Amino acid sequence: MKVTLAIQRHNPEIDSAPHVENYEVDVKPTHRILDALMDITQNQDGTLGYRRSCAHGVCGSDAMRINGREKLACKTLFKDLELDEGGTVQIEPLRHLDIQKDLMVDQSTFFKKFRSVQPYFVPKAAEPEDGEYIQSPEERALFDEATKCINCAACYSACPVLDKNPNFVGPQAIVAAARFVNDSRDQGLEARLDVLDTENGVWPCESHFECTRVCPRDIKITKLINLTKRQIKKYRDARGEQTAEERAQ
Amino acid sequence: MIHEFDAVIVGAGGAGLYAALEASKTAKTAVVSKLYPQRSHTGAAQGGIGAALGNVEDDSPEWHAFDTVKGGDYLVDQNAAKVRAEDAVRAVYDLEHRGLPFSRLETGKIAQRRFGGHTHHFGEGAVHRSCYAADRTGHMILQTLYQQCVKNDVEFYDEYQVVDLLMDGTTVKGIVTFELKTGELHIFKAKAVLFATGGFGRMFKITSNAHANTGDGPAILARAGIPMEDMEFFQFHPTGILGMGILITEGVRGEGGILKNRDGERFMERYAPTLLDLAPRDMVSRAIMTEVAAGKGVRGDKKIDDYVWLDASHLGREVVEHKIPDIADFCKTYLAVDPAEEAMPVQPTAHYAMGGIPTDVDGRVDTGKQVYDGLYAAGEAACVSVHGANRLGTNSLVDLIVYGRRAGMHIAEYVKHASHGTVRESDTDHARERIDVLRNRKGGRHVGPIMQRMQEVMMEKVGVYRTQSEMDAAVKEIQNLREEFKEVTVQDTGDGFNSEVLQIMELENLLDLSLITAASAANRTESRGAHARDDYPDRDDPNWLKHTLAGLDADQVSIDYKPVDVSIWKPKPRKY
Repeated sequence: MKVTLAIQRHNPEIDSAPHVENYEVDVKPTHRILDALMDITQNQDGTLGYRRSCAHGVCGSDAMRINGREKLACKTLFKDLELDEGGTVQIEPLRHLDIQKDLMVDQSTFFKKFRSVQPYFVPKAAEPEDGEYIQSPEERALFDEATKCINCAACYSACPVLDKNPNFVGPQAIVAAARFVNDSRDQGLEARLDVLDTENGVWPCESHFECTRVCPRDIKITKLINLTKRQIKKYRDARGEQTAEERAQ
Repeated sequence: MIHEFDAVIVGAGGAGLYAALEASKTAKTAVVSKLYPQRSHTGAAQGGIGAALGNVEDDSPEWHAFDTVKGGDYLVDQNAAKVRAEDAVRAVYDLEHRGLPFSRLETGKIAQRRFGGHTHHFGEGAVHRSCYAADRTGHMILQTLYQQCVKNDVEFYDEYQVVDLLMDGTTVKGIVTFELKTGELHIFKAKAVLFATGGFGRMFKITSNAHANTGDGPAILARAGIPMEDMEFFQFHPTGILGMGILITEGVRGEGGILKNRDGERFMERYAPTLLDLAPRDMVSRAIMTEVAAGKGVRGDKKIDDYVWLDASHLGREVVEHKIPDIADFCKTYLAVDPAEEAMPVQPTAHYAMGGIPTDVDGRVDTGKQVYDGLYAAGEAACVSVHGANRLGTNSLVDLIVYGRRAGMHIAEYVKHASHGTVRESDTDHARERIDVLRNRKGGRHVGPIMQRMQEVMMEKVGVYRTQSEMDAAVKEIQNLREEFKEVTVQDTGDGFNSEVLQIMELENLLDLSLITAASAANRTESRGAHARDDYPDRDDPNWLKHTLAGLDADQVSIDYKPVDVSIWKPKPRKY
């Protein structure tokens, strides 16, 4: 069927403001939005800019806004959009990050926030001389959810808190921290408190659940953020200390 | 601009990151990658890492090495396979110590499962050897290694695409890269350069590979006059999602999934009576294509794009959702199929290059006749050769972590005693001229039709089953496409974020590697591993127990050979 992709274009080298360009493409209902974007660059207009790699939802390159919702272009099929012949799909870049060109956004702030939470293993015990650290399947299950993250930034774009507070560390960074906070082998919360328990750490989250709704990996992000808040509260209470949120009140 | 480092790692997948972690301990190291590291294709690997930990049952590295040799149809360099099977155990523990979240057994140890071609006691029966993290083991490796690089302050140059190699005779002195953000060419001057650029499955129409898998490293080295090893051996994974090629891990069969033809028959009983659905991939892919040719595919029209069923519904929802959750997600997203309820439609998908840049066990580029000082390769881009004519499942991740690590360690030592070559700004001239030609020429061709035709030709004529006339035709067609490529024009004249220029250069790389692959295949008049010929159906050890070395010489491919190390196990017929 023939459909129109209405793509927001912006090349800061030459344009003063973003504008929309329409492309007609011939697609099957089972085609991915990415297939249509590639058809455009390879056969119609080579100037269109976007990122892509794996094309099946595991590398996190092609998050964008499709009909106003954050999605991976390679994990969204035309039939998912319930289009009729001649219908139109709106495509825009992610929010909260500067546009580099068309659908490509500058992810450096996003990655900087990710790196700020010590998103790496800080072992609790010395390395075993033989074999592995022992961890039960139940302990392993406690952080499974957070390991699924592909750093696509869909949640970062969807988060309403970032509209008003650009300094909020953002949903993804908290997921990255939770990956280690809940790993029985890791030093956990203590190693990451000085980022998480601050005014721009976990506390600005207002549980809008937008991050959870858009996550292409189905991570229950808001739940993880709230769990982290409770863990911090418990940690501070046990020491007779106040959380950053309590101190601010 | 000229940047100076002791070592430059090109590519930020498993092999590149591991090498970077090792090399950067003592050497000033940069990682240059065309993708953000977390986007690398290592992240798409699903099933596991083969290592004889023996957590479930008795196992030994010697059995693992033997399985690798036999799985590779005896074209494997046997000492290299032995080194790797031994190092694999150490490397898996090292990754776990760096935090990799493996799935766990009740004992709290790393979980292991069965995988194709992996056996105990030299082929007696399947063994639990694949160390896994659900069906996203590659994702966990990539994330863990990247996290460790963050922890250790490894220096990254993201979205810099390598476009040229700088050599002084047979000694490396650096590379030229194209910075996506600005369109500028940067020279990285280095005493050692490691190419870990991954595979090039995008030369085929149906592939599990990412769009980024365009063989940039091997193509650049081939154009620099370095021959490529065993390029005729390209693995078709038996279970790709119908029409899309997206991988469905062998782990599904490792957990008990079964292949069925249109009659519901478990056809692998006829092809591999002992290992059944867990026979090596080349055999299973051939079995599927034989069923299809006999009209036993699901459609039954005998066309090469017909398919069979992979059934996991009898395993129950618990197993499907916990052991293969991503597979269930892919099937629901792309096929509207729930694997806990229904069978999955699958067909062979181009998956892995056994061939590539010839190296020794320390990642040094070595053709057998010539060692290139300071030049290294590791991972899928390299050919050690530990996969021979067919790679076993889980052995690609083993390759990354063992040889990435070994190469990094070797580089750290090498740069202590090596000196820098001389580079000048004018060393970018060659790359700049190529880009200017693309930008300035009139011709107006788009990349799309050439890319599409190349992928169709390779799929139809250099696929699972091959014959002389078809491979010869493929060589001619690819040569013609390389001529047509000379008329491709860049539409995007801007400097910043001009991904079109990069995509055109990627197509050029794929065309060069397609030509080498087709010509190497047409030259080998026997069937061995993944190279299966209708006109030469048998393995021919007296004439062909040797590695191919194929050099690119303008529009021709020159062929040479190097011996196979068969010092441990005598080649035998390969039965499962």
